[in-house]
Amino acid sequence: MPATQSPGDIIVQVNNLTKSYGKFRAVDSISFEVRTGEVFGFLGPNGAGKTTTARILTGVLKADAGSALIFGYPAGSIRAKQSIGVVPETANPYADLSAWDNMMLMAELYGVSGHTARERATEFLRELGLLERRQTLAKGYSKGMRQRLVLGMALIGDPQILFLDEPTSGLDVQSARLLRGLLRTFNDEGKTIFITTHDMEEANQLCNRIAIISHGKIAAIDAPEKIKLATKNLHSVEVSFDRPVEAASVASLKGVNSMKEAGDKFKLYTTDPGSLASLLVHYAESNSLRIVTINTLAPSLEDAFVTLVGEGAK
Amino acid sequence: MSTFAIYLHQLSRIWAIAKKNIRIYYAKGPVVIFGVLLPVFLFLSFIIGRQLSASVMVPGLLGMAIFFTANAISPAVAPWETQARTLERLMSSPVTIPTIVLGDILASFIFGVAISLVPLAIGLALGVSIAAPFVLALAIILAAICFSSLGLMFSALPTSQPSNVMMLSSVIKFPLVFISGVFIPLNELPAWGQAISYISPLTYFVDISRHLMQGAGQLPILLDFMLLLAFTLLFTSLAIVLHQRTMPRRI
Repeated sequence: MPATQSPGDIIVQVNNLTKSYGKFRAVDSISFEVRTGEVFGFLGPNGAGKTTTARILTGVLKADAGSALIFGYPAGSIRAKQSIGVVPETANPYADLSAWDNMMLMAELYGVSGHTARERATEFLRELGLLERRQTLAKGYSKGMRQRLVLGMALIGDPQILFLDEPTSGLDVQSARLLRGLLRTFNDEGKTIFITTHDMEEANQLCNRIAIISHGKIAAIDAPEKIKLATKNLHSVEVSFDRPVEAASVASLKGVNSMKEAGDKFKLYTTDPGSLASLLVHYAESNSLRIVTINTLAPSLEDAFVTLVGEGAK
Repeated sequence: MSTFAIYLHQLSRIWAIAKKNIRIYYAKGPVVIFGVLLPVFLFLSFIIGRQLSASVMVPGLLGMAIFFTANAISPAVAPWETQARTLERLMSSPVTIPTIVLGDILASFIFGVAISLVPLAIGLALGVSIAAPFVLALAIILAAICFSSLGLMFSALPTSQPSNVMMLSSVIKFPLVFISGVFIPLNELPAWGQAISYISPLTYFVDISRHLMQGAGQLPILLDFMLLLAFTLLFTSLAIVLHQRTMPRRI
């Protein structure tokens, strides 16, 4: 097991990691680090290299070049794998084993002794809402139940870091919420999470830092709010008046970079939403208009993602 | 954790993987029944109508039973796990690829040895005496490891379709049975037949059985053991090397 980690210590260190499939370069010399206690999100479109990176870190694939260290041990080594829990993309528990036997099998593979294994399995299955049906074969489980069980199997080795590849993809709302709740509890205990996801809102809510990956390269890496701020032009002011107004006159106001009409509203993009809001109030007064609604909007993570990765790549 | 402790832990994980395989793939009524019936019926179809004594028949039957059962299921385990999407989870747990391969071999070995007790019991019931039971037990253990490893070599084909692997396995297994002195003792084969028979590891196990049940074999028994051991080491090493190459390609 790794030495005791303090918050902020580097757990995962990736340097110039590269992996190709034939001529296709799935991961192109990426570097990043994950620190203790973080929830680190890997966000990107399909085929961007998220899953390949996750699989190299969890020891399923070997990189062609570069290095990936977990607790200072090479990814894929027994020492590295012993410290991590893994929820692979579209992984299943053994359908012909019960939930309980799946948990016990994982306990044996992680070297967890019998008594501790039984205690942990009982605790996790209870938290995952599966304790009552622990003797049911996994083939009788719904997709949501199977995914919950796979999370339980990942936790039984008492990992210091969890790797999850699209864990809530295709799940019903209830299972997805339960899973996210458990991940927050896991993180509250000071443990680290590496998660790949398509879901902008999930990344926004769960992650302390996000790496946006596109075409095998990292396009941006920062806290979600900072990534949004980095796309300053996406700040906007949404305004509607009590009677129709000529669009061109609104668009010509100082500080408006671009404008979209949406129903009875104007959405004005600017780098300085505060000043623009004041200008709009003056504009309304001088034209004898009444403002019905006015809102300043920060860019969403989705806006930032599309800007960084390119339109249509979501 | 010391390097020694890491390797020691892998031994218990080999056993965990073997237990999982036995529960999921082997300990099923139809599998066990098929494991017993296939070699028995195949053997009967060749000996009915021929005037052979039990001590001539049983070594062949025993060889067939171990050969067919020890690699009946093992070639399909990796494709099944690929298809069922359980392999990535297994590979990301703290085990090495050799650990997974050895776990598969161990499960197959246990199944092969267990099923071999049936023809052995038939032989004893028919009055066959075994000159040195412990030597035969050692031969059964070695042969079961050898044939299980052969099965694992087949499963290295990186496919998620068990039928592809089973077809390859059958194409190789059936001809081997016919050249291994199972139905016709080696000394009754022409010289070219004997020459071909030496490429089959089953030949050496059947020859050891004939030494111990009939009182005579074609080769010195020590040589039989050495060659069976050589095949076992070769197949086990090849199975590990091949899976190390192909297992990541299954994901």
